[in-house]
Amino acid sequence: MVKFTVNGKEAYSEQPSDTPLLWVIRDELGLTGTKFGCGMAQCGACTVHVNGTPTRSCVTPVATVAGKKITTIEGLSPAADHPLQKAWIAEQVPQCGYCQSGQIMTAAALLEKNKKPTREQIVAHMNGNICRCGTYNQIVAAIQRAAGEMQKA
Amino acid sequence: MNFEFRQVSRRAFLVSSGAASIAIAFGGLVGAKKAFGQAANFSPNGWARVGTDDIVTVYAPASEMGQGVFTSMPLLIAEEMDLDWNKVRIEQAPYEPKIYGNPLFGGAMLAGASRTTRGYYQIMRLAGMQCRAIMIDNAARKWGVPASECSTEPSVVLHKASGRRMAYGEIAAFAEVPANAPQFTPAQLKPMKEFRLIGKDIPRVEVPDKVAGQARYGIDVRLPGMLYATVLRAPVNGERALRVEDAEAKKVPGVKQIVALPYGVAVVAESYPAALKGRKALKVEWSQASKARSYSTDKVIPEYVQRVRNLEDKGTVYEAHGDARGAIEKSAKRVAAEYTSLNLTHMTMEPQNCTARVDGDSIEFWAPTQSPFGVFLAAVKGAGFKPENVKINVTFLGGGFGRRAENDYAVDAALIAKAVPGSAVKVLWTREDDVQYTKPRPLVVQRLEAGLDSQGNLTGLQFRLVGESIYRRFAPPAFQASGGKDLPLCEGAYEPTYHYPNYSMEQLLEARGVDVAVWRSVGGGYTKFALETFIDEVAQAAGKDPIEFRLKLLEKEPRGQAVIREAMALADWNRKRPAGRALGLAYSDIWETYMAMVAEVSVDRKTGNVKVHELWSAVDTGVCLQPANVRAQIESAAVWGVSALREKLIFKDGMAQQTNFHDYPVLRMADVPKITTKVIVTDNKPGGIGEAGVPPVAPAVANAVYKLTGKRLRDLPFKTETLKA
Repeated sequence: MVKFTVNGKEAYSEQPSDTPLLWVIRDELGLTGTKFGCGMAQCGACTVHVNGTPTRSCVTPVATVAGKKITTIEGLSPAADHPLQKAWIAEQVPQCGYCQSGQIMTAAALLEKNKKPTREQIVAHMNGNICRCGTYNQIVAAIQRAAGEMQKA
Repeated sequence: MNFEFRQVSRRAFLVSSGAASIAIAFGGLVGAKKAFGQAANFSPNGWARVGTDDIVTVYAPASEMGQGVFTSMPLLIAEEMDLDWNKVRIEQAPYEPKIYGNPLFGGAMLAGASRTTRGYYQIMRLAGMQCRAIMIDNAARKWGVPASECSTEPSVVLHKASGRRMAYGEIAAFAEVPANAPQFTPAQLKPMKEFRLIGKDIPRVEVPDKVAGQARYGIDVRLPGMLYATVLRAPVNGERALRVEDAEAKKVPGVKQIVALPYGVAVVAESYPAALKGRKALKVEWSQASKARSYSTDKVIPEYVQRVRNLEDKGTVYEAHGDARGAIEKSAKRVAAEYTSLNLTHMTMEPQNCTARVDGDSIEFWAPTQSPFGVFLAAVKGAGFKPENVKINVTFLGGGFGRRAENDYAVDAALIAKAVPGSAVKVLWTREDDVQYTKPRPLVVQRLEAGLDSQGNLTGLQFRLVGESIYRRFAPPAFQASGGKDLPLCEGAYEPTYHYPNYSMEQLLEARGVDVAVWRSVGGGYTKFALETFIDEVAQAAGKDPIEFRLKLLEKEPRGQAVIREAMALADWNRKRPAGRALGLAYSDIWETYMAMVAEVSVDRKTGNVKVHELWSAVDTGVCLQPANVRAQIESAAVWGVSALREKLIFKDGMAQQTNFHDYPVLRMADVPKITTKVIVTDNKPGGIGEAGVPPVAPAVANAVYKLTGKRLRDLPFKTETLKA
C-alpha cells in the first residue's frame, strides 16, 4: 500500500506499485478532473502537482509519490476560484475543455514562481500542453489576466 | 409543426450556478450535482420543462464538443419562449430523434458537417414560440381574459389592462397542454433587431465546470461495480483473429474475462491498467485476407495521379454546367495543376471510449459521441438489441472533429457489455489505438484545369478529384440516394459561389479497404487548397491581380466580395511588410458561410520551414447566435488549419505508421500565429461555423509562400524541402 495526500486529504492506493498515478487519481480516488491524453508525457492533460511541481501523472508510478503531497485541479482552490480559473472563465478559454485542467495546473506552477510572466515565458512554460481546439491565444490572455489580478490583490 | 409531449430527466446545468462547488468524496461519484429544478413541473412541448420553482429546463439536442451548442441551441428556445436566462437550466437531450433529430440529417441525432445551427435554428425557435403561447394561454384562462390581451416579460405573463402578472413558475402549477397546441410558421418569427438573447454573447454555461475539473466527459463515467475494457484490434482493417492464446492474459491479477470480437479481442478487468496488462499478454494469430493490406501511401499516390490524368475516365460527374472540357480546349491559354493531400487523423484530446451496461434485453450507454444515432445503430445492428430497449446518455466530448461521428467505440462497448451482463463496462482506447485505428481523412489527388480567353477571362474550369469514398461506407442511404455522390469527400468543389462560365466537377472514387472518414472541414481542407492556390496561378497566367480576378468571379455574390475586401482591410493589405514576409489570401464559401483569410508568412530558406505569423479573417455567417463564440470557432479552426500544414498519417501495408503525439505532432503554443477575426452580422439565415476557418488557411499561406519563393506548393502537408534555397 502507498500512502500520500491528495488535495490536503490522506489517501492510499492498493494498486500494483507500477500503476500510473493518473489511474489511481481517476479511478481509485474518483478525481476525474485530471485527464488521460497520451500515456507518454506528450500532451500534458494529466498534469498534477507533486510537492508543488507540475508532474505528468500518466508516467508517474504510484510508488514514487509515497509520502508526497499531490494537488489536482479539484484541489487547486477551495471553490474553483483560483485567479487562473476566474481568468479562464472571463476569457471563455475552454472549447471542448478536455485539456484545460492540465493547462491550468501547468499555468498555476508558472505563476507560483513568476508573478509577471512575459508572453515568451508563458509560451516556453506552456509548450508541453496540447490543446487540439487551439485555444492557445486565449490561454495566454487568461494567464496574463490572472497575473494582473494577482498583482492587484 | 407538431411536437411530441414528453418529460425527460438527465444531466443538468443551472445557467446561473457559476463555478461548481462540489464536495469531493473519495470513491464516490464525482460530478453529481445538487438537484435543481426538481420541483413539480410542466412541459409545454418536448423542448422545455417549467418548474414551479420558476426554473425552466431546456434541452440541448446536439452534442457539445467545444463548438458551444450546449448554450447556443437552448438560447433559441429561451429567446422565443421569452425566458429569464438566469432561470434556465440546460440538459442534454435523451435519444428521442422524433423530437430532437436534426432535419438536415433526415431527423437523425448527429452533430457534424456544420449543420447544428443550420438544422435547428428554425425548428427550435418555432418550438420556443409554441412554449410561450402555451404559457400565455394558461395564464389568460386563469384570469378569464383573452390570450390576445396578454404579453410576456422574461419568464412572466402580463395582462397590462388589469396590471396582473404571473411568473411562468406559478403558471406551471396548474398549466395544461391544450388539446390543439398553437402552431406557428416561419413567417411569424420576429426580426433580428428584436432579439434579446441571440447575438448578445451569452457566456457558455459549461465553462465554469470545465475550469473546475467537474465537467463530465465519457472517460469520466463512473458506475457502481464498473469494469474496464481494452480491445486488441486486428492490425489491418478488415482482418479477424484466427487463433487466440489467452491463458497468460487470464493469469494477470484483476483480469476478469476475455471476449472475442469480430475484429479483435477484448480484455475485461477490474482496473484499466490490469486490462492493459492482460492485453499485452495475449497472443493472437490474425487473418491475412484484407484488401487494405495493399494500401501503402507511397504506392497509392502514383496510382491516383495516373487516374486523375486520364481524362477519358470521368468517374461520376458530381456537378456540371456548360461544356468545361470543350471551353478549355478552345481557349487561348490553358493552365493545369495537380494536388496531393495525405491521410490525416483527428487526435481528439479524449481518446475514444464508451461505457455500456446490459440488463436483461436492455442496454444503456454513456457515450462521448457526435452521433447518438450511430450509438443506436451500434446497439441495434451491431449487437442485436431491440430499438425500444436502447437508452443513450450523451456526455461532453473531449473533442470531436468528425472522429466521434463514427460509432466503433460504441460497437466495442455494446459487444463487451453483452458478454458481462449486469456489469457496467467502460471501454477505453489507448492513444496508440486512437491513431492506428483511426478513421482518417482520405488521401486525395486533384487535378484542376482552366481555360482563358485572349482577354484573360476564365472560360471554363474542370475539377477532378480521386479519393477513397467516405459516404459509401459511412452513409450508404445518402450515398445511394444521391446517385453515388460523395458529399463530404467533394465538399468545397461543388455549388461554387464563383461564377464559372463552364464547370465540371468529376469525382473518381476508389475502394481500397481503408475506412476513411470525415475530419474537421473534410473536403474543404483540400479542395479549397487546390482551388484557391490555382486561382492565384490562373490569375497570374491571365496577367491579372488575383484579388481582382476573384472579385470578378464573385460579381453576383456581394457577400463573397465583402468578406474579401474586409479581410484585406483587416490585414492592411497594401502596407509594406518587413523583409522576408509576404501576404496571401484565400476565400471559402462552404456551409453557407462566407469567409476570407489573409496570412502573413515567412520562409526559412535554409530549412524550408514555413512560419505563419499572423492571420486575419472576415466571416459572414448571416445571423450570428453568439458572435464571440463564432470568433472562437473561426480561430480554433484556423489553428487547426495551420497544424494541418504539417500533419501526415502514413500507411504501409494497411497499417498507420504513426502512434502518438511524438510522431504525429500537432500544433503547440510556440507555433500559434496571432489571429484577428471580424464577424460581419447580416440578416441571412445562419451558416455553419465549426469548420469554416479551416479551408482558407492552407491556400492563403501557400499563396504567400509563392510570393516569397516563386514556388507553388501543391502538396498537403507542404513539401517544404522544395523551398530550400
